[in-house]
Amino acid sequence: MDIQERRKERLDRGIKVRTEGIYAVSSWQEVTYLVLPRLILIVGLLLLPLLIPSLYWKRVVSIAGIYGLLALGFDFLAHFVGLVSLGGAFFIGVGGYTAAILDKSLGLSPAFTIPMAAVGGAFVCTLLLFPALPLRGVYFAIVTLMYPLALMRIIEALNIFGGTDGILGVSSFPNRWIEQYCIIFTVIFALFGLRRLVNEDIGLVFRGVKDNDQAVRASGLSITFYKAIAVFIASGLGCLGGAYLSHIYMWSGISQFALDFSVIPIAATVIGGGGTLVGPVLGCFFLVPISEWLREFGTLRIVFYSVILMAFIMFRSEGIMVYAQRKYHQFERWVKV
Amino acid sequence: MSGENILQVTNVCKTFGGIQALLNVTFAVQRGEVFGIMGPNGSGKTTLINCITGFTKMDSGKVLYKGKEISHKPPHQIANLGVTRTFQIMRPYYSLPTYKNLVIPLFSPRARRTGGWRGGGKLGDRETVSIDILEEIGFERDSFVPYKLASALPTGYLKRLELARCLALRPDVILCDEVFSGLSMSEIASMVPLIEKLQMDGITLIMVEHRLRELFRVASRVMVLNFGQKLTEGIPEKVMQDERVREAYLGSEKASDYI
Repeated sequence: MDIQERRKERLDRGIKVRTEGIYAVSSWQEVTYLVLPRLILIVGLLLLPLLIPSLYWKRVVSIAGIYGLLALGFDFLAHFVGLVSLGGAFFIGVGGYTAAILDKSLGLSPAFTIPMAAVGGAFVCTLLLFPALPLRGVYFAIVTLMYPLALMRIIEALNIFGGTDGILGVSSFPNRWIEQYCIIFTVIFALFGLRRLVNEDIGLVFRGVKDNDQAVRASGLSITFYKAIAVFIASGLGCLGGAYLSHIYMWSGISQFALDFSVIPIAATVIGGGGTLVGPVLGCFFLVPISEWLREFGTLRIVFYSVILMAFIMFRSEGIMVYAQRKYHQFERWVKV
Repeated sequence: MSGENILQVTNVCKTFGGIQALLNVTFAVQRGEVFGIMGPNGSGKTTLINCITGFTKMDSGKVLYKGKEISHKPPHQIANLGVTRTFQIMRPYYSLPTYKNLVIPLFSPRARRTGGWRGGGKLGDRETVSIDILEEIGFERDSFVPYKLASALPTGYLKRLELARCLALRPDVILCDEVFSGLSMSEIASMVPLIEKLQMDGITLIMVEHRLRELFRVASRVMVLNFGQKLTEGIPEKVMQDERVREAYLGSEKASDYI
């Protein structure tokens, strides 16, 4: 009796190979092949506020957008720079408080406070994380996890920035549409911007730092400097989300340092597919609504949530986007060995 | 050769815990020469290279490059001054295609000074320049090899890629840490002319090597290390006749030692 050994062979589709060159513009088929997935994503995100009627779920979309920014930052740092960051809560908190303080003390409108909080907050985060930059892997993760916990207690103990009450009466957006499209456009720009960045020359340096940091040093580049730039970018995205959060809730407080902001982006990255940048964003727009929907089940919510996460990790551990990209670009067939 | 010392290493010492890895190593390398460093396993050759290029902090001693002190500078600054190195255990960026590997050194301040912000200046962008460098070092431009992932390359090409990374920085000095090790005889035979060509281009080479036959073909002077100390230095023929060198490599031939 002979045992039939089979393996799965994967071949790139012809159209995928053809569209990699400049000839992609030569036929409608190929242009569509390239543009359609991107178009579905962009149009889908833009239609979300129009399709969703209830105010409650509109707010959920905004929150999902904030988590999307955090997940983008996490995926960028983890899969393109090699820094595992649990700093989501840290970034949101710093951004949120910066925006609230700017709003209350200078009386600026959200159009100014959000960009200022994003850049200023990113400076603060990068500066505070600078001593930890030579660390790698789980050690860096621990430092990023300590900051939000510490800052929360410091604000509570010293009773600064409103103490446990937080900063109340932060100005809101003029109307719901501006509020919604503000975050959706930001997510789209951040997503496509980062996708482009990692394929630029400086993006290759980031990927080099992840792959082999000693070789980057031998190439005459300071790894600490480039890690700092990467942390600046990721924390800028997080702080932007935090500033936005302060303005939609018209409040900023120590619950912005909650660890949800660190953990959910990681879960979304696992579900969406790490290293794709699109995946984590989609993961957030999938996870956050599910987590809201499960509120109906009361305390059982966490159980259902864990089951969903576990199912993903066990049966689709590569993530939705990695799986979808493979199906889109490649044939699969069984061949005899 | 002008006879000017491009690299002057004085009394370099390094200990790892209780082990004296280097003890008062002193030597000088002239501009444009090929200087060999040899010695048995564990004699401190790689540690010496690490100390010169800043990857390991030396305990004491001084390294002068073109008359200026470079000891205690971080490795990326030393590389930017033109003192580059290869790694014995190759360190390519495995997840990137081979030609993209060279974009990273071409992004360094030193390469940018000559190439401009976009890369090679008149020569094209960084990817064009990196293919040119790869061709120079033995990657066929029209083959698939330069476009493959670095993780798919065999050892021979990875060793060349190490050299190519140095060349992308337009170096004055290259410290080669065993570029011939792990290669087949035919691969070594094709590497030797490359080394000779680098020397003709005016690059100073310091080669740590176990393949003595090939080393002696290219090196004008060699230095022998044993247990972190310098045994001797001179032209290869003289050095190999030195009794202490034979002893370090082959063990003593004195009859009394066998009793």
